[in-house]
Amino acid sequence: MKPYPFEYTRVSSLEEAVTLLQREDEPRIIAGGQSLVPILAMRLAAPSRLIDIGGLSALRGIERRGDVLRIGALARHAEVMASAEVAEAVPLLARAISHVAHPAVRNRGTFGGSVCLADPAAELPAVCTALGATFEVFGSDGLRTIPAREFFLDIYETALAPDEILVAAQLPVACPKERFGFEEIARRHGDFAIVGLAVRARMEGTLFAELDLCFFGASPRPVLAQNAARAVIGQELTDETQQAAVSALTADLDPQEDAQADAEMRLHLAGVLLKRRLAEIAGKERQQ
Amino acid sequence: MSKQILRAPIGQSAPRERARRFATGRGRYTDDAASLRGLHAAFVRSPIARGDILEIDCDAARDMDGVVAVLTHADIAGRYRPWRAGNALLPEMKAPEQHALPPSRVNYVGEPLAMVVATSRALAEDAAEQVFADIDPLDAVADIETALAPDSPLIHEDCGSNLCVSLTSGNGKFGADFEDADLVIEDTLDFGRHTACPLETRSMLAEYDPGSEVLTLRISHQCPHQLQAELAKILGLGQHRLRVISEDVGGAYGLKQQLYQEDVLVCLAAMQTGRPVRFVADRLEAFASDNHAREHRVSARIAVRKDGRITGFELDDLFPIGAYPQYPRTSLGEGNHVLRMSAAGYDIADFRSRLRLLFQNKALIGHYRSVGHPVACAITEHMVDRAAAALGLAPETIRLRNFLSDDSYPRETPTGVHLHYLSQHACLDRLLADMDIAALRSEQAKLRGQGICRGIGIASFVELTGTGNGFYGPGGIDVSGQDGCTLKMEPSGHVRCMPSVTDQGQGTDTGIAQIVASVLGLEVADIRVLSGDSEITPHGGGAWASRGISTGGEAAWQAAQTLREQLLLVAGHLHQRDPATLELTEGHVVDASGAQITTISEVAHICYFRHDLLPDDMPTELMVTRHAVPRAQLFQATNGIQAAYVEVDTDTGFTRLLGHWVVHDGGTLINPKLVEEQIRGGVVQGLGAALLEEIRYDEDGQLLTATMADYLVPMASDVPDIQVSHVTSGTAEGALGAKGVGEAGVAGASGAVLNAVNDALGPFGATVRQMPISPRTVLTALRAAAASATTPPFEDAP
Ligand SMILES: Cc1cc2nc3c(=O)[nH]c(=O)nc-3n(C[C@H](O)[C@H](O)[C@H](O)COP(=O)(O)OP(=O)(O)OC[C@H]3O[C@@H](n4cnc5c(N)ncnc54)[C@H](O)[C@@H]3O)c2cc1C
Repeated sequence: MKPYPFEYTRVSSLEEAVTLLQREDEPRIIAGGQSLVPILAMRLAAPSRLIDIGGLSALRGIERRGDVLRIGALARHAEVMASAEVAEAVPLLARAISHVAHPAVRNRGTFGGSVCLADPAAELPAVCTALGATFEVFGSDGLRTIPAREFFLDIYETALAPDEILVAAQLPVACPKERFGFEEIARRHGDFAIVGLAVRARMEGTLFAELDLCFFGASPRPVLAQNAARAVIGQELTDETQQAAVSALTADLDPQEDAQADAEMRLHLAGVLLKRRLAEIAGKERQQ
Repeated sequence: MSKQILRAPIGQSAPRERARRFATGRGRYTDDAASLRGLHAAFVRSPIARGDILEIDCDAARDMDGVVAVLTHADIAGRYRPWRAGNALLPEMKAPEQHALPPSRVNYVGEPLAMVVATSRALAEDAAEQVFADIDPLDAVADIETALAPDSPLIHEDCGSNLCVSLTSGNGKFGADFEDADLVIEDTLDFGRHTACPLETRSMLAEYDPGSEVLTLRISHQCPHQLQAELAKILGLGQHRLRVISEDVGGAYGLKQQLYQEDVLVCLAAMQTGRPVRFVADRLEAFASDNHAREHRVSARIAVRKDGRITGFELDDLFPIGAYPQYPRTSLGEGNHVLRMSAAGYDIADFRSRLRLLFQNKALIGHYRSVGHPVACAITEHMVDRAAAALGLAPETIRLRNFLSDDSYPRETPTGVHLHYLSQHACLDRLLADMDIAALRSEQAKLRGQGICRGIGIASFVELTGTGNGFYGPGGIDVSGQDGCTLKMEPSGHVRCMPSVTDQGQGTDTGIAQIVASVLGLEVADIRVLSGDSEITPHGGGAWASRGISTGGEAAWQAAQTLREQLLLVAGHLHQRDPATLELTEGHVVDASGAQITTISEVAHICYFRHDLLPDDMPTELMVTRHAVPRAQLFQATNGIQAAYVEVDTDTGFTRLLGHWVVHDGGTLINPKLVEEQIRGGVVQGLGAALLEEIRYDEDGQLLTATMADYLVPMASDVPDIQVSHVTSGTAEGALGAKGVGEAGVAGASGAVLNAVNDALGPFGATVRQMPISPRTVLTALRAAAASATTPPFEDAP
């Protein structure tokens, strides 16, 4: 379990990083290294050079800017978890982050690393998709933005160009009528999910005015279950609307088979999560 | 009620001596040992389960920078003796020849094909990728069902079949109808393949000194003397020129108990290159090449009368052991314990069992903590619960009616196991009190009304510990059932203690020191224990069958008694007292009134330096060795019982552990805290077996679980509180009366969880018959029950 030999540069600017990304045969950015280092150790990748972005202070920090919360790509999971800003402004993220790995991994793993790795069972890409976050990326033409909902393409595949670096994520700040739900099913706490669900809803009384249901671990990428959402939007949660939403998941999800579950079981579990989270949100409204 | 008056520090929860070093980062694991001009090994391993080796091209690898040697079968043939794992007591058992590197055929994924030795592990891995093995693939035997089919390929053509051995036991006729039965229930359980997953992987460092012709192997191992004996035979060295050192070992659990090809290969490479050669398995190769354990398919039948009496029990164990039996102990142990220890705590008139060991194109099955007992426990307790359910009896009621009565010993089981004493009833009574069974049941009933599905499971077990020389020695296998202890009192009165038993984290060293300190009237800190070095410690078993204290402690006790007598003899002479009236206490020699006469250090000093004060014929040796071996009982049979309380989410299939209880009879407790740590640690491994752990291969024998992300072990957050209680019967052989405790936690944990989950699923008519009990297993069982019932258990979630 020793990696292939590689070169290493700790860059001091985004421009330097982009130049290296363009020049090298097989460059690879390293952030927290929590996913990349095991990949290297198992010789599943053979980069010619690691570009360590750890020294770029522009990629750090968590900051409220008007109605978005900007999370730097290098923000560690542990920072996000401890952040009062996150807890207040993006409660869905606050709920999700404790499911990401374990303390040792959270101390080094970064927000940007998790987003760029694009593991279909990861929590943070799903949260960004559910909330309609926006990613700031830097490349040879300078800064541009990519909506989270267009960012995740397939297993470990994103819309990032080979010479681009994720700089930050902008997550919309929650408004009073929004409700959130999060649940995942994993064999052990901290494992990648077998299936998970991140929910954003805007309620009008007991009616679901808006509903974003992002499933992870249920398709090759985090997906918004739009058919399921449509079955509930504009209505109250009843046995019928709930059942209609669950039935619609067949059209929304493309579950894969692995050691933990086959496609059918994944679909079943997705339905269980959907019922539970919708019931939680609707239940709270009824109490008010 | 022990035979001797045992005084402190016996019975005290002294902290584990080595823990201080570990906690401060000063452990001395094998890979911590520096080596001058040391080399590193990497192995080319078979990527396929079965095939013929056409060619292994090493030219490119040999030319690489930093590569010192590349070895294949052709390079080492004739320089060592291949081995066969058989037992002379079972001449019908097939023991195919095993090689350090295969001459012509590979038989499992991960089998070493070639060894690369280079100046760093990274370079060795680079070169290993440049070794090109041309293997003609053959159909693999990977399925338990088809291994015995007439058209199945033969893994070992010279064996004539894939059946390694078939054995039966018991007092009834296998396969015959039960005579005295109102009801006979049949069922089959599948047990997943495990591996022990020690934190420290297999590690070794071999060094050969041609000057003195001494080979030193530092290795993470639990039986250094056994390895010394085996390597001497295989390498053609005198046992006195082979030194095996296992200093700190980061967990062993039976996985580091046998001989592996790599052990032989690092020695051969060190002898060939004249340089130290190190190998530390990485986790990928650990999963592929470490011993696995526990894969069993056990079918059983239980016969009961309406009054709840169990009148007959029959079981049939299919046990696929991998490509070869494990050397030197063979792979029989697991199956043998299923064959002979199932239902051992029950009074059953007609018991029969059959065991068949199958060859498969998979890694070898060896021993894993509690060898076979968890399987014996689970199948027994599952069948007993099924009988109870069929008769409408509570699980504890059927057990009370059928357990061997606590006053019926000594006795023999139908499988010929001598039971000196068991406390089945006392343990059950204690368990029911500890868990407050009535309160738990009413909580369970109340929650069921709210749609929360909880289960309570009980599992009792009988375990063989501290095994003597009954099976290995007479079978021609040089595994010691005897253990020894050397004590050397220094002129200062401090003691160096060299036991043959070894410590891989159990705290054996500390327990031994407590025993020696107790006899000599010293403190634990006055005793320095040096275990794990075959050059200085007496030849003995090391760590197996929970022998550290039950056997090793007995040897230490005997040695300390002899040393004590010697000290008292000299002190008596010096002070004109009858030695029989003297005692050693708090570093002093005291008289019957407790008055201090002299210090132990003064007596020791005189024994070394002042022979002018002593008569010529007075013995003055302060170095003693004693050995202990279970003779009358051959082993110490122990017993215990466990209970699990679980919650099953019937929508997702997930099982959550809420509580776990253990009551165990370990005889005298030398160090209660260490005993409880042992039991808790074992329970956690059993919980892993119940819910999480499984080595999986596909139908072609390809390994599917090669990382810790695929092979799931329990983490702290998955484990409930584990309450441990003791029943102490001082009935063990020997002066101390201590029985083995190291494996009891594993023995009953998985069976208890299985029964708890099935208790939870009872109202749905569902039964799980497979471990680990994954969410998928539970959902499948619920679905099957729903399909055969009128009311669906998948009540649509709220
Ligand atoms: C035991 C364990 C359990 C885990 N469990 C979970 C879990 O439950 N859920 C979960 O989501 N994750 C889990 N992870 C992964 C963890 O969250 C990682 O930290 C994360 O996926 C990657 O972040 P990193 O900073 O370590 O990235 P790295 O490992 O350094 O990089 C990951 C990938 O992203 C690229 N990259 C990183 N930063 C950037 C950037 N700014 N711009 C462009 N590309 C970039 C790298 O080139 C690389 O391809 C687990 C990891 C471990 C070791």
